[in-house]
Amino acid sequence: MDPAIERTKLSEFWDSEQFIRIKERIIESLLFLAAFFSIIITLGIFGTLVYESLTFFSRVSLITFLTDTLWTPLFYPPRFGILPLVTGTLVTTGIALAIALPIGSIVAIYLSEFAPRAVREFLKPVLELLSAVPTVVYGYFALLFVAPLLQKFIPDLPTFSMLSAGIVMGIMIIPYVSSLSEDAMRAVPMSLRESAYALGANRIITAVKVVYPAALSGIIASYILAVSRALGETMIVAIAAGMQPNLTLDPREPAATITAFIVQVSLGDLPHGSIGYQSIFAAGLTLFLMTLIFNVVGFYLRKRYRETY
Amino acid sequence: MSDFAKIIKKRKREDLIFNIIGISCTLVGIVTLGALIVDLLIDGLPRLDWQFFTSYPSRFPDKAGILSAWVGTLLVMLVTAVTAVPLGVAAGIYLEEYAPKNWLTSLIEINIANLAGVPSIIYGLMALGLLVYQLHLGQSILTGGITLSFLILPIVIVATREALRTIPQGIREAALALGSTNWQVVRYHLLPYSTGGILTGVIIALSRAIGETAPLVTIGALTFIAFLPPSPIQNQPPYVSFDWLWSPFSVLPIQMFNWVSRPDREFAVNAAGAGLALITVTLTLNAAAIYIRYRMRKKITW
Amino acid sequence: MYSFSQNQIETVGFEPKAKIKAEVKNLNFYYGKNKVLKDINLSFAENKVTAIIGPSGCGKSTLLRCMNRIHDLYPDIRYEGEIILYPSGINIVSPEVDPLEMRMRIGMVFQKPTAFPKSIFENIAFGLRLQGERRKNVIEEKVEQALRMAFLWDEVKDRLHKSAYNLSGGQQQRLCIARVLATTPEILLFDEPTSALDPVATAKIEELITFLKEKVTIIIVTHNMQQAARISDYTAFMYLGELIEFNTTKKIFQNPSKKLTEDYITGNFG
Repeated sequence: MDPAIERTKLSEFWDSEQFIRIKERIIESLLFLAAFFSIIITLGIFGTLVYESLTFFSRVSLITFLTDTLWTPLFYPPRFGILPLVTGTLVTTGIALAIALPIGSIVAIYLSEFAPRAVREFLKPVLELLSAVPTVVYGYFALLFVAPLLQKFIPDLPTFSMLSAGIVMGIMIIPYVSSLSEDAMRAVPMSLRESAYALGANRIITAVKVVYPAALSGIIASYILAVSRALGETMIVAIAAGMQPNLTLDPREPAATITAFIVQVSLGDLPHGSIGYQSIFAAGLTLFLMTLIFNVVGFYLRKRYRETY
Repeated sequence: MSDFAKIIKKRKREDLIFNIIGISCTLVGIVTLGALIVDLLIDGLPRLDWQFFTSYPSRFPDKAGILSAWVGTLLVMLVTAVTAVPLGVAAGIYLEEYAPKNWLTSLIEINIANLAGVPSIIYGLMALGLLVYQLHLGQSILTGGITLSFLILPIVIVATREALRTIPQGIREAALALGSTNWQVVRYHLLPYSTGGILTGVIIALSRAIGETAPLVTIGALTFIAFLPPSPIQNQPPYVSFDWLWSPFSVLPIQMFNWVSRPDREFAVNAAGAGLALITVTLTLNAAAIYIRYRMRKKITW
Repeated sequence: MYSFSQNQIETVGFEPKAKIKAEVKNLNFYYGKNKVLKDINLSFAENKVTAIIGPSGCGKSTLLRCMNRIHDLYPDIRYEGEIILYPSGINIVSPEVDPLEMRMRIGMVFQKPTAFPKSIFENIAFGLRLQGERRKNVIEEKVEQALRMAFLWDEVKDRLHKSAYNLSGGQQQRLCIARVLATTPEILLFDEPTSALDPVATAKIEELITFLKEKVTIIIVTHNMQQAARISDYTAFMYLGELIEFNTTKKIFQNPSKKLTEDYITGNFG
């Protein structure tokens, strides 16, 4: 065939509607695959955790796992009670939330309802910088600055304690609460506030009795985020709370969280398929389920308080 | 009518008290941040010298350095960025511009929201079981980079969606009315405007990845590594090598973690130095992102 | 274009026995550098309905919001002139007068129904508690009174402690009116109260306003001229921040003195 004719046929094809439609379909499929990939990631997470844990639970009974009070998988004889790790996680999380939720909420109310615009525009990004600090640096700070500081007020406080780790974790989480809560509060329409002011309310009453309840859905979302963040925190507790599993509710003692344990084991030798190797997956699965439960609870709470203004 | 005078005084007092409480609470965070930075500066700044940046870790604190650590961070970030950005932006575009409102889309969206809340160490566990062993990718830079890119994927997706959402619907409708295809609308009308927002999100995501320790420790990144991965650039054809992807590695946060865990307090100075280097990078990146966001907000008006 | 001077504003024919509740004297209002209200002179008769009408942007809402100092919530505003409240003689916009006190004595109902995220009972009790009322029986009594006055009692008496958001738009607006009534204000300000409601709900609220005016002075801003003609005793017409004409509703709508007023009433512009 005459090459000139062939060339025109080809360039016709590139511009033809048919080709463009094919191109669009391909592009859309690729984009869809990218979005669908996130599901594959979740399946990967779930699959790995469950697969390795199943092997673990074929060697250790679930009852022992949930009720034994010692966690020493690498000792001889090994003990597999997850309770010490769970208490370590819950106590540090509790301390962190006791700091982050109240302070974060107050900051959110202040920035949203009280602070003049210039102050807010300045303070908000500065606070967000708090979450830009890597957690390993916070761990350093907790161990080498906060712990000695606390020891001045609490004699007999050991170098490693859940208290110093929890406090630093709490401060780190403040921006998570304050930023999202403030966004939720600013989304409340001005007319609702004006109604309250028009009745003679001052700022704090309007903020607490009208705006805060109206924004509750978004505020709860920020609280749930804070809980997830605290439960999953690793480095601050690994560095500052010590890595010794310890079944106690006393924050002045050192303890290990689920996450710290996983790190500790990973630092050492982990022959693939050993009981030590599988124990970190069982621990990880426990953590995953804990955060999952909180997320589901949060989802229902948010639905209940969905904004209807 | 001074009936109200007493009450009004009380109200004003309440407002004043809360102003004080509010500022104090805000200061808690800011003062802590300041104390942290000052503490790092005092302990770590003297340690930062050329020798520190160009030496390998060592048993001797004064000889130890972060060379292998920051090179490792750089290479891992390369893999992370190359993987997460296209994947995340593509997913964000699909969800925002293409996805129909059906159960599958809802499932994907719930899933992404869920992934954003999964603790980072769980990603490490998944990578250990799946990537390191099942897929035989080993305890390598490739595995590390992919793990972190999975971790930051939700951040990039959300940032892309938010950036696209700020573009008014009218622009899409006008372009479609002129006969553009969906992809042409995205490529020529939406992406140019949303680049700033997407960039901001990517920067924040990468800054987060740089500071991550736990997942990389879990997949087996080394804490004491006295060599560098093979260079990507070779001086023989084909001039580019991918051997480095399979190399064992360490990263800056892991190095700091290692040093701060040592009972020998002399290593604490090294840890401070490493921390200072690390925090300089992450704070600068975040500040850059905030600045870009600020400039964008001023410039673009519809 | 049209231009006016102070002398051209008509004096109103108040009935000999009518009492004045509030008087606006030479009021100017500034948003930053913009003079938004220009030299307003106006009187509001006690226990009557005064409507303020005019096209979008004429300043009618702005004038209304001066009455209870709600502008003070925002930065960069300035009042010049006076608004005298009778019988006390207080100047509402004086910097020495506390906005909080004015708001407790002058109530406002907004365009969108703004029920608080609380129960119906707590919505009404909110204003009472703000004024310092603590006695449970007094609060309960006043809540019922307010709901009755707002024609809402029968519809909600069985669900007082359920969320206010279960009510329809019209009911919520009546709730907002009841909420304000509970605090026994001296003046009731309505800022386009029915523009977000359907005709049935609108009719109910108009009926309510006609009923309420015997107890309290009412000022209503509306862009619906027919509504002004239906329920108000006096009407003020504003344009571009100035008061063009003010008289009895009958005179304004049947025989306006200014051509601008006539053009607006007949729909030549809007």
